[in-house]
Amino acid sequence: MSAFFRVAALVVRKDLTVEVRSLEVVSTTLFFAVTVVLIFAFGFVKEGVPMDGVAAAILWITVAFSGTLALGRTFERERQADTLRALMLAPADRPALYAGKLVGMLLLMALVELILVPLVGLLFQAPIFRAPLRLAGLLAAGTLGFAAIGTLFAAMLVRARSRDVLLPVLLYPMTVPVMIAGVRGTAALFQPQPDAGMAQFWFALLVFFDVVFVTLALWTFEPLMTD
Amino acid sequence: MTTAVKAQLGIAALMFAASPWVINAAPHEATMGLVYKIYFYHMPSAWMFMLGAIVAGVASARFLFAKRQASDATAVAAAELAVVFGLLALVTGPLWARKAWGVWWVWDARLTSSLMLFLIFVAYLLLRQFGGPGSEKLSAGLALFGMANVPFIYVSVNYWRTLHPKTSVVPTLPVAMGIPLWFCVCAFLLLFLALLSLRATLETHRARIDSLYLSHDEA
Amino acid sequence: MRYLRVLFILSLLAAPAVSGAQQTPSPDEFVPISEIPAEEQIPAINLVAAAYAFVWVALFGYVWSLGSRLGKAEADLARLERKDH
Repeated sequence: MSAFFRVAALVVRKDLTVEVRSLEVVSTTLFFAVTVVLIFAFGFVKEGVPMDGVAAAILWITVAFSGTLALGRTFERERQADTLRALMLAPADRPALYAGKLVGMLLLMALVELILVPLVGLLFQAPIFRAPLRLAGLLAAGTLGFAAIGTLFAAMLVRARSRDVLLPVLLYPMTVPVMIAGVRGTAALFQPQPDAGMAQFWFALLVFFDVVFVTLALWTFEPLMTD
Repeated sequence: MTTAVKAQLGIAALMFAASPWVINAAPHEATMGLVYKIYFYHMPSAWMFMLGAIVAGVASARFLFAKRQASDATAVAAAELAVVFGLLALVTGPLWARKAWGVWWVWDARLTSSLMLFLIFVAYLLLRQFGGPGSEKLSAGLALFGMANVPFIYVSVNYWRTLHPKTSVVPTLPVAMGIPLWFCVCAFLLLFLALLSLRATLETHRARIDSLYLSHDEA
Repeated sequence: MRYLRVLFILSLLAAPAVSGAQQTPSPDEFVPISEIPAEEQIPAINLVAAAYAFVWVALFGYVWSLGSRLGKAEADLARLERKDH
């Protein structure tokens, strides 16, 4: 078991080292996320006032979009240097490699969300400090569900043709529950009379989703990535 | 094509041809009127859609974990049929809803989750078509994840919808029309099974053709 | 290809039955649940006809395409296997 965590930690460290050297994925993803929020602002701000209840949707759609971009970019880098194959050839547990990749992805998306949430709060007057822990919980659980499926699919797509377009095509229908739960839960927190019970329900659903899909991904990574 | 498949296809064709008379003989339903007759084709389509999704998921799991090559052909066939019958269900549904609810589409839990499942199988076919070599593993994973996703889609869509009640009560459909309904279900099921085996045969043929081409290239 | 021909003939036989089935019912009773203005009402018969026509056409189209794909694959296979021996 300790070998599992050691391998996962090594993969995370490797990804972080590569990323810190160039900051390629972080900077482009962040910029992209900010642009998406601004484009939404042009659609949903009427006469200087944002429409009711759009903040939650904008937040989650931006998370999904920028997450897809980051996933594609991260694995494209692995593909170009053929380092993913090297990683697969290493005498290490496959699920541990997956876990490492997933944690790296989560760190990246967390960093993006750290900028994104205040930005949405600022531009769309969303009360992000009303229930910060609940909001953070929803974001963490939702991001984990999204990244768990996304990391697996992006890793599998590395060898496929037209992978850029196929990643969102496969990922978005699959993560519909995450989007519904995330948007509805966040909206329950943002509405004038916050509904903590509703947010709690959606949070529980997200946690359940995470447990099922992280388990399933760890379990299928081995047969899926073996030739 | 084997004799069994031929027989299935023939009987299914006969039953489809006879179905208008059988449906016409069904008792007239008082509150819904004529439009409920769509249900005789709609419900079997929806059932075959679900059946296709389940068969695709199970066959994909067998392909991935038991490494059965033949299961992959079954999975593709079932996924394609799920899309075909899903399309039938999703087109006939709104035609009925237009009369019953006055709108073409409502964000009803069952409708929305069917649409989402349909999209997953369309994505599956897109992946098979454009993924290139090696995409059969990937699509098997997709079908497996899609199966696991069904309860989540249903629960989340259900709760999302109950938060925003918009449409009128779904009229309860009468049950006193058993024989024509089961007749149609049998016709759809026979057609489904025949097409499943034909489509799976096509897939094994294609794999064989590919390997023959490869051996010619090497020679 | 023979089953396709059989299906085609059967469909020709069935066509009048479908249209006949749509002419019989009485157009009286049905009142929609929501109050739609009269000009937006669509007669039930059109909707039923559209639904049945769509199912038949789509299934025929699919069987047809599957038949032609299968025929092509079988021809390819026969050709390649001849070349093999």
